[in-house]
Amino acid sequence: MTVRITIDPGKCQGYGQCCFEADDIFLLGDEPPVRASADVAEDRRADAERAADVCPMQAITVE
Amino acid sequence: MGGVVVVGGGLGGLRAAESLRASGYAGAITVVGDEPHLPYNRPPLSKEALSGGVEIDRLLFRRKAGVDDVAWLLGRAAVASDLAAHTVTLADGASLEFDGLVIASGIRPRRLPIPGPSGGRHVLRTADDAGYLRSRMAPGTHVIIMGAGFIGCETAATARKLGCEVAIVAIDPEPMVRPLGTELGAGLRRRHEAHGVHFHLGHTIDAFHGTSYDVESVSLSDGTELPASIVIEAVGSVTNVEWLDGNGLDLSDGLLVDSAMQVDTPLAPVVAVGDIARHPNALFDGIPRRIEHWNMPTETGRRAGATLAALLGGSEPDRSPFTAMPSFWSDQYSYRLQSFGMPGIADRIVVVDGDPDGPCIVEYHDATGLIGVVGVDRTQDLVPYRKQLMSRGLATR
Repeated sequence: MTVRITIDPGKCQGYGQCCFEADDIFLLGDEPPVRASADVAEDRRADAERAADVCPMQAITVE
Repeated sequence: MGGVVVVGGGLGGLRAAESLRASGYAGAITVVGDEPHLPYNRPPLSKEALSGGVEIDRLLFRRKAGVDDVAWLLGRAAVASDLAAHTVTLADGASLEFDGLVIASGIRPRRLPIPGPSGGRHVLRTADDAGYLRSRMAPGTHVIIMGAGFIGCETAATARKLGCEVAIVAIDPEPMVRPLGTELGAGLRRRHEAHGVHFHLGHTIDAFHGTSYDVESVSLSDGTELPASIVIEAVGSVTNVEWLDGNGLDLSDGLLVDSAMQVDTPLAPVVAVGDIARHPNALFDGIPRRIEHWNMPTETGRRAGATLAALLGGSEPDRSPFTAMPSFWSDQYSYRLQSFGMPGIADRIVVVDGDPDGPCIVEYHDATGLIGVVGVDRTQDLVPYRKQLMSRGLATR
């Protein structure tokens, strides 16, 4: 089972706070400004949720 | 009734409630908020919500499933408390009993006693404040901003975007000087000036003039008189602690808490979170401080919820050192400033890359080494800096 992470492109403004929190799950780029890894193991769920919590635009959904 | 009462319906209150549930607390949770809205995101209020209009539904925080059964008492302020009796009293006279209390009542803008009419004097703290100010800001409106901190500077940038005439009056020598230092502050001032903002630094507003309904001009300590349609006061904050009077607590600068966010009182299990919590941080000097950065309600709320769940469950809370990375950002015009650590307590500031008028990296040091970093339009380069700061040795204090 893996963690499903969605970044709302209408909200993300590339602050990168998620990347700072978990730089192996979220990657900074240009377009889109942030990508989430497609394959995040269940044992990283808490890390993904911490990263979602600190998104200034609240653009990240963790399911 | 009983259970946990959370006083404060902002981000800190929400995160504490979520953490109580995540920590296994299954009792009742009641959140009391003096604003009519569910917890919402404040940083956009001085930026996109001020320029484009306030849509509260877009500002609301997503709430984790665990807090679906929380009772939200909104638009109702806490006005008194009796920790020994385990009660909180609301403005409408209602009394709430609690087993455990979360203090998340936060801060409000500081108001200065200045002679003259009070009409036309505003603050920017709530969604309702932003909505009102938006309605008053139009091309040519004379906006006077008191204070050159982040809220003042962001509001100035947004007001210029809306076509207002903008002047900033502040006692400080440069904008944002306390967190950022003189050199970067001066660089950011020049950017604001290039966008048409007028600075009156080293001065205060001595008087407001106008009718009883509205301000028409302000006079400064150097005798200058400036036309004013609206005045926005952004000169710091005071803590919302009055409802805690009479419980023997030290309320001089928020609530002092330990590394578990527990308030030192024998009367009841009480924790404090967010802007109001004066907490130690072992990543730095360990001296308890209130940190009004956006990520701290999340960090302190997570810890406080776990602590209160343990206390109410009869177990000893985790009292290991609290280590959270303070973080802030600010968008003004097209530039983005981001920071980690505690730049405001540095005694040595070095621009290590770029220059303060453009993209740059600024390091902040004290006797222990690097304690903070600020980047302007250099997001990617901050990744290794944050790692370095997170790996600082723990303070022994």
